[in-house]
Amino acid sequence: MARITLNNIRHSYLPNPKSDDDYALQRVHLDWDDGGAYALLGPSGCGKTTLLNIISGLLVPSERQLLFDDKDVTALEPDARNIAQVFQFPVIYDTMTVRDNLSFPLRNRGVDEQVIAQRVTEIAAMLELEPMLDQKAAGLTADNKQKISLGRGLVREDVNVIMFDEPLTVIDPHLKWKLRSKLKELHQKVNRTMIYVTHDQTEALTFADQVVVMNFGQILQVGTPIELFECPTHTFVGHFIGSPGMNVVPASVVDGKVQVAGHVIDTASDLTNLRQGSVEVGVRPEFVRFADVGIAGTVETVMDVGRHTVVKVRLEGIDQIINAIVDEGDSIPDGQVHLQFDAAQTRLYEDGWVVAETQG
Amino acid sequence: MKTSNPRAWFLVLPVILLVAFNALIPLMTVVNYSVQETFGDNLFFWHGIGWFQDVLGSERFHAALGRQFLFTGIILAIEVPLGVAIALAMPRSGPWVPVCLILMAMPLLIPWNVVGAMWNIFTLPDIGLLGYTLNTVLGIEYNMTQSPLAAWMTIVAMDVWHWTSLVVLLAYAGLVSIPDAYYQAAKIDGASKFAVFRHIQLPKMKKVLTIAILLRFMDSFMIYTEPFVLTGGGPGNSTTLLSIDLVKVALGQFDLGPAAAMSLIYFAITLLVSWAFYTAMTKDDQN
Repeated sequence: MARITLNNIRHSYLPNPKSDDDYALQRVHLDWDDGGAYALLGPSGCGKTTLLNIISGLLVPSERQLLFDDKDVTALEPDARNIAQVFQFPVIYDTMTVRDNLSFPLRNRGVDEQVIAQRVTEIAAMLELEPMLDQKAAGLTADNKQKISLGRGLVREDVNVIMFDEPLTVIDPHLKWKLRSKLKELHQKVNRTMIYVTHDQTEALTFADQVVVMNFGQILQVGTPIELFECPTHTFVGHFIGSPGMNVVPASVVDGKVQVAGHVIDTASDLTNLRQGSVEVGVRPEFVRFADVGIAGTVETVMDVGRHTVVKVRLEGIDQIINAIVDEGDSIPDGQVHLQFDAAQTRLYEDGWVVAETQG
Repeated sequence: MKTSNPRAWFLVLPVILLVAFNALIPLMTVVNYSVQETFGDNLFFWHGIGWFQDVLGSERFHAALGRQFLFTGIILAIEVPLGVAIALAMPRSGPWVPVCLILMAMPLLIPWNVVGAMWNIFTLPDIGLLGYTLNTVLGIEYNMTQSPLAAWMTIVAMDVWHWTSLVVLLAYAGLVSIPDAYYQAAKIDGASKFAVFRHIQLPKMKKVLTIAILLRFMDSFMIYTEPFVLTGGGPGNSTTLLSIDLVKVALGQFDLGPAAAMSLIYFAITLLVSWAFYTAMTKDDQN
């Protein structure tokens, strides 16, 4: 068990990286508390697996260190770090029984057989693997194989962190939900640090207390699921999280007022310190309302997604679609409409990053 | 709804004819010879299972069969571990991969009789590189036309040289198909190098190794050309393997009946061992 610190780590797969583009992982600094449930969320190729491999020790970062409780482990081999990892595809030892699979990490470390037997029984009970303990692991279903992978991490009592690399990829949809809640339950039971890597927002938001959103090899935002939803600090976060994601509309600032498609709108952002970057307005579909006056547009499509309806509106003057969510029961507009944004939930973004909010 | 049409069988006719002419009819001819006696003039007399009894009881056959099993056993015991060891040592990626693969594939491309002739010249005591070096430079007496031990060592070395590559290539194919995650998981689990070999690499190579052993068994059990060119079965009968003996009986002595019976017994043994081995190796997979 340990607190994990990534101290301004940078990594490149090239031997002699020159520009920032050569780095798969830009400067990353993170502090993870002992026993927390964390998720690394981002699209494929965003650097999350690189980050994971650095923590597990399969990769050594090009610059700076990784600390477990202030102890530098950057150069340690994976087995010396006392970590566990569940891979995208179930990794099990085919020729062994489930019991031997679970015992394997302990046997390799020379643990007493009696202790092993006791630990394995304990973990098997926790993972509901007891009925198949003496079966060959090769014949099991994918979800049980993933449980074995996880079990091989859990049997070690002193494991520092358990990492999951998109562990539900090969699991049947109806079992995904089951295994996901099992993981959440396990985290509460064993109280170990767990890091869950995924590109699926539902998996990340349901599992983690703290979600790290990554893209382009850098960390865009670290926050609770609610923070990510309510105050995305980068347009990518707003867009990536939510269904549908945040609307990002090109805007301009004229005479200290924000304009979208020629209309002046109110935002929560403080405009006093703007640099001369390109600006956009971000507002979630939940905070777009239909009104008599406002930004003009035409309704293009209406999608009923169950509890509410998503209305796609094409703005007049600029070629831009805005999603608006209409709650069940409310009337759905048609044809020419006008939109209003909820000022408190509308923010200005400069070069992708959120502009600070007005104080008070 | 009826979807089968018996007339479709006519489409299979060409294949049946082909198989009949190149396999069934020749095989049945052999069966025919094996149960008859002839004194020439195309006159045949029924002989029952007499030839089979003769062959199975003959000391000459026992000796050839024994030599055959010894040879196959030795080369399998050398080629399989050696092939796996070489495959493990080969790089998994990078510019050396094609170099290694081509070097490995080279011996496999050389015709059998050329291999025999090469090794024959290679081992000649007066002018062969190996023969001369051993006899004259190192002072070790080595003449495979006189010493049965030298002859055996030579045919074994030749077969290992010619065919280990096959095991290497198959084992290598099995090795590269193992996803990296297995090695990473093993590292995290603290597995030793031997444990990785025993619990990951070997099980993942099981299927290709089964095929490799099967192919090497069948090929070495039926080997003819290379030892025939190299030693001609000598000195004496010391390297007369089953196929060499069979050709002596069939074409040298022209004893068609015994040769046919011997062929069928030979065929049955090859088939039986292959089947038993394959069944044993794949038994686990079916459960």
